[in-house]
Amino acid sequence: MVAPVQTDAAYDSKIEGNIIFTRVDAAINWMRKNSLWPMPMGLACCAIELMATGASRFDIARFGAEVMRFSPRQADVMIVAGTVTYKMALAVKRVWDQMPEPKWCIAMGACASSGGMYRSYAVLQGIDHLIPVDVYISGCPPRPEALLEGLMRLQRKIETESSLYEQKKELIEALA
Amino acid sequence: MNAAEIVSALKQKFGEAVLSTVVAHGEHTLNVTLAQVKNLLRYCRDEMDFDYLVDVSSLDNLGEEPRFEMVYEIYGYSHAQHLRVKAKVSEDQSVPTVSDLWPTADWHEREVYDMMGIDFEGHPDLRRILMWEGYPFFPLRKDFPLEGKPSDMPDVAFSGVAPMADGPFVTCSGGDDTIAREPRSRKPV
Repeated sequence: MVAPVQTDAAYDSKIEGNIIFTRVDAAINWMRKNSLWPMPMGLACCAIELMATGASRFDIARFGAEVMRFSPRQADVMIVAGTVTYKMALAVKRVWDQMPEPKWCIAMGACASSGGMYRSYAVLQGIDHLIPVDVYISGCPPRPEALLEGLMRLQRKIETESSLYEQKKELIEALA
Repeated sequence: MNAAEIVSALKQKFGEAVLSTVVAHGEHTLNVTLAQVKNLLRYCRDEMDFDYLVDVSSLDNLGEEPRFEMVYEIYGYSHAQHLRVKAKVSEDQSVPTVSDLWPTADWHEREVYDMMGIDFEGHPDLRRILMWEGYPFFPLRKDFPLEGKPSDMPDVAFSGVAPMADGPFVTCSGGDDTIAREPRSRKPV
């Protein structure tokens, strides 16, 4: 019987199956999209549906987005749920500016998307006047299913991003 | 003591200052002069037991002089009577605050100041309460359009005119069908 040849090769059968080959972008995006921590910007009745989405029946945790903290510094996606008055707009913008990159925004419901039925001097006619919006959700207010659909759309959008290039833009351009 | 007796007692006490009284739907209203309105309200609180200021609001009678009108709704828990006191205010006049009589008037008067632009003399903290600091208009005045006027916002830089598409979306009573009663939009009269 011939003894197996001992080598120092990198291949190690002990970790076989624990290695996957992928692109860095795909890996980063996969991690990002499955742990979207929301910044709940609940401003009106949409916030009730937002809470329902977080609760057990709809369970936003299935999408890795259960970590709703009222701290912009730990948040990835701002869910603007409700009517944005001009006075509140100042605060929304300030909170958004405190969120670290990369960050996304979901405009939940008619009011956040376009001012909704509030055609008046007091209401911002859509949060996209102020911050860039990735996903708009229709409804007044939208059902939790609609919010989850919006979240899944955002996840699909994140999958297509060139994360590494965006993150290391200066370095990559310097190397080129 | 019911409201009618209170009204006649106040008329006797303040004489000329009570310009007229109105009874409508069982509610008593006193129209009084601006100079005496605070004295009358203080008297109501101290002597007539009106311990609850229900509301402070204002009217804009655009085109009339004096233009504005203050409205105070007062109520007494001991006698369960309600009284409405009104006083006309012209654009260059200021109104004596009643926040020293009823502390609840503090925010009510701030709202009147914010929405109608009426000044209150002796108010401890007369700032805007609903619109942001530095907003240049008074939105509940009759000559202010519902869609708003462009104005600056600190750090956000704009507040635009809301698209109205032919006017506010309102229902009209008396139409034959829902299409007439609830139009998609209606031009303001």
